[in-house]
Amino acid sequence: MSFAFNEDQKLLAETVDRFILDDYSFEQRRRTIAMDGGFDKKNWGRFGALGWLALPIPEEFGGLGGSTVDVAVLLEGFGRGLVVEPYQSTIVLGAETIALAGRVDQKKSLLEKIAEGKKLISFAHTEPRSRFNLQHVELTATKDGESYKLNGEKAVVHNAETADLIIVSARTSGDIRDDDGITLFLVDPKTEGLEFRSYPTIDGLRASELSFDSVVVDSEQVLGDLNTGLKVLERVIDRASVLLCAEAAGAMDTAVKLTVDYIKNREQFGQPIGAFQVLQHRSVEMLGAKDFSRALTYRAAGLIDEGSPNDRARAVSAAKVEAGLGGKLIGQEGVQLHGGMGMTDDMAIGHFFKRLTMIDVLFGNVDFHRRRFSQIS
Amino acid sequence: MELILTPEEEKFRDEVREFVSTEVSEEIRRKTMTGFRLNKEDHESWQRKLYAKGWMAPGWPVEHGGTGWTPMQKHIFEEECAAAGAPPVIAFGVTMVAPVIMAFGNQEQKDYYLPRILRSDDWWCQGYSEPGSGSDLASLRTKAVLNGEHYIVNGQKTWTTMAQHANLMFCLVRTSDEGKRQEGISFLLINMEQPGVTVQPIKTIDGSVEINNVFLEDVKVPVANRIGEENKGWTYAKYLLGHERTSIAAVGRSKAQLKRLKTIASAEEQDGKPLIHDPTFKEKIAGIEISLLALESLVLRVLSDESAGKGPGPEASFLKIRGTEVQQGITELLIEAIGNYAHPFVPESMETGWNEDPIGPEHAASIAPHYFNWRKASIYGGSNEIQKNIIAKAVLGF
Ligand SMILES: Cc1cc2nc3c(=O)[nH]c(=O)nc-3n(C[C@H](O)[C@H](O)[C@H](O)COP(=O)(O)OP(=O)(O)OC[C@H]3O[C@@H](n4cnc5c(N)ncnc54)[C@H](O)[C@@H]3O)c2cc1C
Ligand SMILES: Cc1cc2nc3c(=O)[nH]c(=O)nc-3n(C[C@H](O)[C@H](O)[C@H](O)COP(=O)(O)OP(=O)(O)OC[C@H]3O[C@@H](n4cnc5c(N)ncnc54)[C@H](O)[C@@H]3O)c2cc1C
Repeated sequence: MSFAFNEDQKLLAETVDRFILDDYSFEQRRRTIAMDGGFDKKNWGRFGALGWLALPIPEEFGGLGGSTVDVAVLLEGFGRGLVVEPYQSTIVLGAETIALAGRVDQKKSLLEKIAEGKKLISFAHTEPRSRFNLQHVELTATKDGESYKLNGEKAVVHNAETADLIIVSARTSGDIRDDDGITLFLVDPKTEGLEFRSYPTIDGLRASELSFDSVVVDSEQVLGDLNTGLKVLERVIDRASVLLCAEAAGAMDTAVKLTVDYIKNREQFGQPIGAFQVLQHRSVEMLGAKDFSRALTYRAAGLIDEGSPNDRARAVSAAKVEAGLGGKLIGQEGVQLHGGMGMTDDMAIGHFFKRLTMIDVLFGNVDFHRRRFSQIS
Repeated sequence: MELILTPEEEKFRDEVREFVSTEVSEEIRRKTMTGFRLNKEDHESWQRKLYAKGWMAPGWPVEHGGTGWTPMQKHIFEEECAAAGAPPVIAFGVTMVAPVIMAFGNQEQKDYYLPRILRSDDWWCQGYSEPGSGSDLASLRTKAVLNGEHYIVNGQKTWTTMAQHANLMFCLVRTSDEGKRQEGISFLLINMEQPGVTVQPIKTIDGSVEINNVFLEDVKVPVANRIGEENKGWTYAKYLLGHERTSIAAVGRSKAQLKRLKTIASAEEQDGKPLIHDPTFKEKIAGIEISLLALESLVLRVLSDESAGKGPGPEASFLKIRGTEVQQGITELLIEAIGNYAHPFVPESMETGWNEDPIGPEHAASIAPHYFNWRKASIYGGSNEIQKNIIAKAVLGF
């Protein structure tokens, strides 16, 4: 395991940092969020041109075959600017699932287009009652001749309304929380019987509630093997969790900087409030939380492509716990040290706080991952 | 978490319970219990019901319209109101400016303002903070210059809660630059509905608009609207800040929120079982409950000292610190309880008149916004850091 960035990673980090600095200011982000679909298609085009969309996609399907650490470097950069483009949905969850589980013809027809920015994917797994339990799939797919009929609901599906294809997990056998019996499908969002209820999320993204009423999906559209979808989900979501922690590391870094900068400049009692040692110590704790979380995240990112399933799971859960705790501390303290200003929608710090809070909720919160860590020997 | 009550106190509690359960409408109860927004009318109509019953100002001396209740009775009253989902009484008039008027106002001011406060004829706001003067309040610069029978006021107040509804503001202004900063501040009552007063809303991170900038440009304020002596405003303001503290502890509200947390954690599922059966989550709830119990015990002590004639000492700062920690702690557990449904953000769904289906469970809609909104509690009313400075200085003698 290497703890230093290689030359390519350094270059990538510089490029993405430059992009955020030049083209992703707080004001620009705010305008982007207000756009149709909640993101800027021009940015998506640039991500394609810069090779960022191709980064984790295997070389044989038009990608760059980058490692998880490579993608983590990119996402840490995105976190610094709270990028809202659907990279997680389309690349981290979408392309990854297809690359891992798809047939060769599916990979051929989809991955290159995704890498070129011509196809957007959304990933519908969570359900209204599933909480963070990956096994919990109530939505059913029943065989009906050469096709399947899907019935049920999916909850908080990010970027569904702008997707060209939605990956849907469904139960093809077994009980609601059985390991076996989950199958993945590629579903055209325009299929009859599939209804969307779309809304903004509190951290500036877009999501939808999906309801499936006898949605007919051809059996050609099964993604991977029947009934063994859980294995794929576990891998994909473990990797997505680490990459989310990388985004958190970037967001924490900016939040700490914004706060330290603010208290060095804000004067009360005839001096910068940063001169009060109590606030210096609080800032130091924020910085430490970020450093520890980031270190653990890159450890997990390195392990995930190489380690055993148990090592992988423990490393991911550990990283997610530290990111959840760090994000909470930094978000809350960041706002507190800004005083009243921290409460305003016009200051960036509150938006970092909100994103960091929602990162904890995604793919299992601190309690969930502590429990998971303790249960894997 | 039941209080131990004497038979008379139990009788009193039943009387209050009976009153609130009949007078708080189903619609209002639903709004407060789900955390939806209350509008001005919701607050005012409840306050008028309290006035009609003679219960608008339990904290006031009887001669001004108080109830003459014991501290325990006041505490029971607060708790029952909160438990029944009554809107909180807006503190700016009855608990903040009224004690100052009683203590330092002249007879005319008392005769005019106090009955109006009881009847909720006016909506008050608090004009202390300025962009350059938050924790260091004594540095405030909004200037009032005497010109015959009027002060001419110029400057800017900020973070002014509910100024958009207010027709009156109690305001700290600078009337002198001589000597110590604290010796040049005066306490004015300003009519908000006059030329030169501009209220500009400030949106907070949860998407709501409850605070404002208030710009004052050549605003004319009659000298008769000054409380007490010129340049003595700092003393009056601090008197008020002490009064703010016991009400800011909000024990009754936190008890009601804790109950709500338990209800929601029973409805939410984890692996097919109620979340409240999860040992980790259960212990977290217990942690908050114990913290609240300690807060309640200290509040009751401070209240009984007060009725024995001792003013709220600097220890009252602990009530503010612990009270806001408990409030924020409950919002943290609420957001954990709802899991994935913390994400959706549909502010319209919290407004009166929304009648579409909720996204996810109805109880979830307001929870994440409230979590973010309640970060304010450790900032306002003298930040928790400032409260610790006060205790360090005044209690520990540093
Ligand atoms: C939602 C909300 C509603 C409000 N409503 C009103 C209102 O109705 N009327 C009104 O007048 N005001 C109101 N306020 C203002 C509130 O009282 C101030 O925000 C508060 O006093 C802090 O001042 P500040 O925002 O300028 O922060 P600052 O004073 O700049 O403080 C920033 C940070 O530095 C810390 N700090 C400052 N000095 C010290 C020190 N000496 N030692 C250690 N730490 C320190 C603070 O604790 C804080 O964490 C409201 C504020 C909020 C957020
Ligand atoms: C919303 C809010 C609530 C607060 N609540 C309280 C509170 O309840 N109790 C509290 O003590 N502080 C409270 N504070 C803090 C207080 O207002 C000051 O921020 C803090 O005490 C330090 O300010 P200071 O040094 O300017 O004033 P102080 O600490 O009050 O005093 C500094 C100097 O000024 C002198 N001085 C003080 N008052 C007068 C006066 N009236 N006339 C002449 N000289 C004077 C003192 O002798 C001392 O030498 C609150 C602050 C805010 C923003």
